[in-house]
Amino acid sequence: MHPILTLVVQRLALGILLLIAASALIFGLTEILPGDAAQAILGQAATEENLANLRAEMGLDRPALTRYFEWLGGILTGDMGNALTNKLPIADQIGKRMSYTLFLSFWAALISVPLAILLGLIAVRYQNRWPDKLISGVTLASISLPEFMIAYILVFFFAVKLFWAPSFANISPGMPLLEQLHAISLPVAVLTLVVLAHMMRMTRAAILNVMQSAYIETAELKGLTTFTVIYRHAFPNAIAPIVTVVMLNLAYLVVGVVVVEVVFAYPGMGQYLVDAVVKRDVPVVLACGVIFAAVYIVLNIIADLVSILANPRLRHPK
Amino acid sequence: MLKNLPLSAAIGLSFTAIYFLAAIFAPVIAPYGMADVVGDVWEPSSAEHLLGTDQIGRDLLTRMIYGGRTTIWIATLATILSFTTGSVLGFLAAVTGGWFDQVMSRFVDLMMAIPSLILALVILSSIEATVITLIILMGLLDATRVYRLARAVAVDISVMDYVEAAKLRGEKLGWIIFREILPNALSPLVAEMGLRFIFMVLFISTLSFLGIGVQPPLADWGGIVKENKEGINFGIGAALYPAIAIATLAISVNLVADWILNRTTSLKGGRG
Repeated sequence: MHPILTLVVQRLALGILLLIAASALIFGLTEILPGDAAQAILGQAATEENLANLRAEMGLDRPALTRYFEWLGGILTGDMGNALTNKLPIADQIGKRMSYTLFLSFWAALISVPLAILLGLIAVRYQNRWPDKLISGVTLASISLPEFMIAYILVFFFAVKLFWAPSFANISPGMPLLEQLHAISLPVAVLTLVVLAHMMRMTRAAILNVMQSAYIETAELKGLTTFTVIYRHAFPNAIAPIVTVVMLNLAYLVVGVVVVEVVFAYPGMGQYLVDAVVKRDVPVVLACGVIFAAVYIVLNIIADLVSILANPRLRHPK
Repeated sequence: MLKNLPLSAAIGLSFTAIYFLAAIFAPVIAPYGMADVVGDVWEPSSAEHLLGTDQIGRDLLTRMIYGGRTTIWIATLATILSFTTGSVLGFLAAVTGGWFDQVMSRFVDLMMAIPSLILALVILSSIEATVITLIILMGLLDATRVYRLARAVAVDISVMDYVEAAKLRGEKLGWIIFREILPNALSPLVAEMGLRFIFMVLFISTLSFLGIGVQPPLADWGGIVKENKEGINFGIGAALYPAIAIATLAISVNLVADWILNRTTSLKGGRG
């Protein structure tokens, strides 16, 4: 077997193991902490007897391991049980909300990824001169603020003072695409700003790293223009680190989306998760938490695989 | 020690000092009581109320000072917890190796594979959010990052001759960790401490903003945003003051951490 294939299979197997371990950790956390679904339904005043009856009825008295595998099987087959608060199936809610969240993340990624790479290239081209310093300064400022603060600053200026965009992301299935995009313009801008900073700084570092190689000096001595050197010689060699950076930041988007959805009252997964935490609706929290964690882990695995596949030394071993 | 203090570090140090002093002496400095309703809803800034009033007429400057006190205390204690557990376990793993190192490191890998915010949300759905539980939760979640760094640094140090010599002298584990490794691992750890502190400030603010962090009547910067967010739609900027506070605190702590890192590395001939 080709050595790179072995490596890929190894990483995939490790990734699956990690996914199972992560789901066990999330399930286990709610197990070992005090209180359970029966307690949440009956409240603090419940007698031991009532609690025991309800636990038996809900199957909570069976061993944790059995319930874990049932729960995991349910998640994998799309049956996540019912929410405690309104008794509705969790899977229906998640199915609806997932598409909204994906819609938001998709547009944020579509704008932030090319923009970050372009800004990274510009920063390298004008290294240590004012464009580089300006870009670094703005990105540093946006790293120093939590997502919801950036969101309210944008709302204050662009929604309230200038009326350019709505301050709440009201979105419904029947809306035309342009209206939908207008509705989510501010959340997308916030997410873009949040990941742009990290992504651009890491892109800049990755390209600068390549720029120190001997073949770049050769290209410069040949008399090529700076942009040609960056575009033809540095960029192809920096693709692997940049793709890793992009993937890591898309994973970061997963977290940012939770907060941004709450700020803009956007009907996505993040809002659902936070609402469930406030209402102590553990089954919903478990389902959403494990989905967020899984997306995060899968994106990280992809980043790992891309960096293996993009490395020519691994593709063509001696 | 303060000779040759660069301007950026001086600015950073003074702002950090101001914030910490305000946090410590909040009851003395604050013009009004934390929960006192002293004016109308969302009054603009005036001589009596420098930053105006909040959504039920409490003095906003007072709220900001008390809020900073809560935010900074929680962040500081969580940072201390995360550093003591993270670095002691990291050093221990590096020195002892073997199964302890394997078990700890794989567990930390697992914890770090899941975003902290998601883990925090899952945990907070089961336990009640009090100041104590929040500190423990944030400190332990963040200890994984410190563990990684401490272990990496300590692995480098633990193969040095002087550590070998200490082991041959028959020194106990405690001596090796605290007298041989800790002093030499301090500078990267201290610089990291600044970053972790800022992360804690952002983390607790986010949790409070989401309504699952610091609970009223206690004020904190994230909570002030949550309380005053409706005002934004009427063009009232009360919710933006915490943004300014967090950003200036974060930038000044960063400047100090940078300076400490530069200073300590140049002392040791450039080794990070």
